[in-house]
Amino acid sequence: MIRFILTRIGLLIPTLIGVTLLAFALIRLAPGDAILLTAGERGMDPERYALLRHEMGFDRSLIEQYGIYLGQLALGDLGRSAYSHQPVLTEFLTLFPATIELTMAAMLFAVVLGLPAGMLAATRRGSVFDRATMAVSVAGYSMPIFWWGLLLILAFSVSLGWTPVSGRLSLTYFVEPVSGFMLIDTLISGEKGAFLSALRHLILPAVALGTVPLAVVARMTRSAMLDVLGEDYIRTARAKGLSPLRVIAIHALRNALIPVVTVIGLQVGHLLAGAILTETIFAWPGVGKWLVEAVRRRDYPVLQGGVLLAASVVMLVNLSIDLLYGAINPRIRHAR
Amino acid sequence: MRGDAHTDAATLASVARPASPLAEFWRDFRRNSGAVFGLTLILVMVFIAIFADMIAPYDPAEQFRDAFLRPPAWAEGGSSRFLFGTDDVGRDLFSRLIHGARLSMIIGAMVVVIALGAGVALGLVAGFFGGIVDFAIMRLMDVLLTLPSLLLAIVIVAILGPSLPNAMLAVSIVVLPNFARVTRAAVIGELSKDYVTAARAVGASRLRLMFRTVLPNCLGPVIVQASLGFSDAILDAAALGFLGLGAQPPTPEWGTMLADSLQFVERAWWVVTLPGLAIFVTVLAFNLLGDGLRDAIDPKLKT
Repeated sequence: MIRFILTRIGLLIPTLIGVTLLAFALIRLAPGDAILLTAGERGMDPERYALLRHEMGFDRSLIEQYGIYLGQLALGDLGRSAYSHQPVLTEFLTLFPATIELTMAAMLFAVVLGLPAGMLAATRRGSVFDRATMAVSVAGYSMPIFWWGLLLILAFSVSLGWTPVSGRLSLTYFVEPVSGFMLIDTLISGEKGAFLSALRHLILPAVALGTVPLAVVARMTRSAMLDVLGEDYIRTARAKGLSPLRVIAIHALRNALIPVVTVIGLQVGHLLAGAILTETIFAWPGVGKWLVEAVRRRDYPVLQGGVLLAASVVMLVNLSIDLLYGAINPRIRHAR
Repeated sequence: MRGDAHTDAATLASVARPASPLAEFWRDFRRNSGAVFGLTLILVMVFIAIFADMIAPYDPAEQFRDAFLRPPAWAEGGSSRFLFGTDDVGRDLFSRLIHGARLSMIIGAMVVVIALGAGVALGLVAGFFGGIVDFAIMRLMDVLLTLPSLLLAIVIVAILGPSLPNAMLAVSIVVLPNFARVTRAAVIGELSKDYVTAARAVGASRLRLMFRTVLPNCLGPVIVQASLGFSDAILDAAALGFLGLGAQPPTPEWGTMLADSLQFVERAWWVVTLPGLAIFVTVLAFNLLGDGLRDAIDPKLKT
């Protein structure tokens, strides 16, 4: 098992180097002068320019510069925002819980609806329910999130007035950010109604972001269930006289879950991409909105750090899924 | 009598001769009603794209000063003059959507051509040469796949500057790894087969082996990927347009149109709803087609 873990981590190293190279290149490829972009200043006098050029190491060879960059990364120094002059890592860590909260809620929505829908569709293959589920699933998969989010706002916020239009909490409440997760912070704040307000703010963005994963999870569950239901041990379980519910819920589901869990893990990249749009529409103060604003402000240090951090998050999640998969299934662990 | 003999001969011939691969494919494909629906939608879209100038009643940039934010013809206050109503500066929405269809088809086609060309070439080289070449190419693809798709596109546009051609290039780079992966997997699968060994034995050159012997047999999954890539391209390009990083106004690109009229959403639902609907229907059509192609070409790929 230890060998398996080490190989899997080893496989990530080339990718990680590639991502740092990409991030390193980004600020140097950006239009305009890299030094001015990094400092976030305009109309600098030549002396200060020369000083900064030396301080930032732009007068050295590219290989040296890359070495310095890696050294800074190792110390957790991702540079400073050219707009706010705050450390990029600090800004990211402040905003990231909002994005985690949103993506987890979206995934929860996708799994809670998608898993049973896929299971039911598989056990009733060819039925009206099966066809309808698959049709809705293709539709969900094709949904432009930014449009879907707007439709949800139009229907539930504007017409019905059930949910707020944007943000994470209504302005009437002030909650001390302890964990950064609004649902937790409002609970421990003890303010009446704050938790409900946070929940109501979360629902629509979570549904908007969770729709594509919902479609994927439903489809994947259905096909995994269909594969498993054809196996001999299912026939055996049926022959033993177990109730159909028991066969499906215990024997079939457990094995069908393995590919489904993998697919859920693979959704992380898509969720982060979707969060960029969802956060922009719902004015959700997370990492996605931060990155879009960084592009508009031409804040390249933030983009550089954001790329690196987003890629690291995706790699970490994929690695954990991989390891989990290996732990569950010995056949994976011992292959290769 | 003569007529009967004729029919018999025809029946016999059709029984004796196995159906051509294309006929067989069409038989499988036709059974999938979703895929046929998708294909029909796409054909309609292509027709609209080609004849946009003739179908659209007005120029997409023409402003009617007397008709700002007019509702669609069927809604209250609408008139038959503007079928889908007008936007905030009095442009005919129907004409803009029609021209948007042309743009979306061009975007999809360009992105697929660029990504397919480069991706298939990389996958072919990686699969054929193996070793360090394969490792280098596939790790590069891994880096591209590790970044969330839209973020990668945003970063590329941030470097190149926001415009429609740059957005198309960015989206091409985003979908390229899928083509490389699919091609590489297919190439490796084919290389161990007897016909490749036979071609090698009779002295086929490496280039001939790659392009004439192996590549045609790898096209199935690539075609499926092309259809799915088309829908990704339209979706991502529209998302970039929505973020203001793709086509710039007044270009009638659907995502850009949607973003442009966002502030009027509460007063005029049509300016936001209809461009989004156009994106959704087009993306849906290509996804349905892709699913149908996958089932008909390669049942093993079915997920």
